Amino acid sequence: MSELDQDLRELYQDLILDHGKHPRNFHAVENPHCEAVGHNPLCGDKLVLYLTVDVQGRIADAAFQGEGCAISMASASMMTEMLKGKTAAQAKALWAYFEAVCKDNAVDEQLLVSLDEEDVARLQALSGVRHYPVRVKCATLAWRTLESALDPQEAKKAVTE
Amino acid sequence: MAAIEKNTNLWKKDFPILAQKGHGKELAYLDSGASAQKPRAVIEAITHFYENDYANIHRGVHDLSQRATASYDRARQTVQRFINAAHEDEIVFTSGATESLNLVVASWGRRNLKEGDEVVVTGLEHHANIVPWQLLQKQIPFTLRVVPIEANGDVLLEKIQAAITAKTKLVSIAHVSNAFGTILPVEDVIAFAHARGIPVMLDGSQAITHMSVNVQKLDADFYVFSGHKIYGPSGIGVLYGKRSILKDMPPYQGGGDMIESVSFEKGTSFQPAPMRFEAGTPPIVQAVGLAAALDYVSAIGMEVIAAHEDDVLRYGQERLGNVPGLRLVGNAPRKCGLLSFVMEGVHPHDVGTILDSEGVAVRAGHHCAQPAMEALGLMATVRASLGLYNTRQDMDELVAALHKVREIFG
Repeated sequence: MSELDQDLRELYQDLILDHGKHPRNFHAVENPHCEAVGHNPLCGDKLVLYLTVDVQGRIADAAFQGEGCAISMASASMMTEMLKGKTAAQAKALWAYFEAVCKDNAVDEQLLVSLDEEDVARLQALSGVRHYPVRVKCATLAWRTLESALDPQEAKKAVTE
Repeated sequence: MAAIEKNTNLWKKDFPILAQKGHGKELAYLDSGASAQKPRAVIEAITHFYENDYANIHRGVHDLSQRATASYDRARQTVQRFINAAHEDEIVFTSGATESLNLVVASWGRRNLKEGDEVVVTGLEHHANIVPWQLLQKQIPFTLRVVPIEANGDVLLEKIQAAITAKTKLVSIAHVSNAFGTILPVEDVIAFAHARGIPVMLDGSQAITHMSVNVQKLDADFYVFSGHKIYGPSGIGVLYGKRSILKDMPPYQGGGDMIESVSFEKGTSFQPAPMRFEAGTPPIVQAVGLAAALDYVSAIGMEVIAAHEDDVLRYGQERLGNVPGLRLVGNAPRKCGLLSFVMEGVHPHDVGTILDSEGVAVRAGHHCAQPAMEALGLMATVRASLGLYNTRQDMDELVAALHKVREIFG
């Protein structure tokens, strides 16, 4: 298999294809505590993220709806699975890690040890986008949407560059 | 035509960039609708101009400036001949079709539109023929009448005619759709509108490279296109406007070269068209490059190019029609230049990435025509668009690469 083929297979590995075709937590939530719309103007991809938070401030439920490519759908699907039970700070730490991975940047050691190993492994599965710069925005759309959902000061609309 | 072999292309070798491989495979460049590649003649004309004749125009008394000015003026004449405009001063150089449209909206639109007036566009316009009007609507509350499109991506003459009323001040429509390749019935629209005294602007961005355009025969009042889509450099476009209309249009931008005299006390007077609309240093080298591109396609013949592309298009249409799970989008009876499609269960962006890995360059997305996509219930399509260098073989490569998509996505 050529290097290119390997990159392509890494990008479209079974886990991604499965989440892309059968996204988990793919539904609206009534009366969510946070709701944010993410939009990728270049592709027209769009998603709505719903979060509910429990009394301890942990994410109790995370769900989404939208339309997009396999990468953006899989990323959103896997993100909502990971978010349950996380605090806002933990969620932001995951995003910081994922952003570094997607951009092929060095990951902060301290950040890495603070993360759940299983979450790291799942985000690694999406890291194949680093070979496809134009597709990074697909993988990060859900996370940017999360960022604006968690930060009420931000306009509740994530737009990927 | 008989001389043209179906699977080889005499002109492909004129385009140095196409000699490279695409990820190690034969490159099938099917994105000319976004921007066409440049023949050696254009690249050499630009290099020659920079190495021998470059200076600013209409300014220096020195030899270089005079030579540069002569080249720039010759480029305007080349454009005039290419679209058969009656007069050289009917050709305004802009930065691209987008600026040409913005110029007409800002200058003609602001001068001629008032509350209650209507401008007719179709549902398949490129954003560049929608958004400038919307921006002007914030200043002048005129109405944008949108002609609905058909499920096959066609626009029916009777629906355009029905949208034209006593309030219509301008019909501004695409000559060819950039999303579906539909050729609009522009001749009949112009005849109908002119019978009612209404001018017509055509966005020829996608038409100019696929057919012979004769603005006098069309009797278009405005015709716009970009240089980079017809094998010229980016950064230059053309606004053709009838002399009788351009003469009454106010300046669009102020600056050097567009004035007759400037005075703080006595006010400023302006040059006639086209200079009035070309403020500042224009795209001089790009004009020279565009002229070389037009000379290049003229030497082949637009009818010859159109016939060749039509053969590739029909062949591709038939082959794509046999790919399982593939649906062609936009099957108007008259179309040219591109094939738009979707694949069941696979998003166009994923298709685009996999095709690229097979050396097939396409565009995936809404093609800057979101209303057209929405009208057909789509977010995006894959678009394979043609240039004169494409062949049936490119279509075969596209089809082969689509099998790889199925292989990965099942």
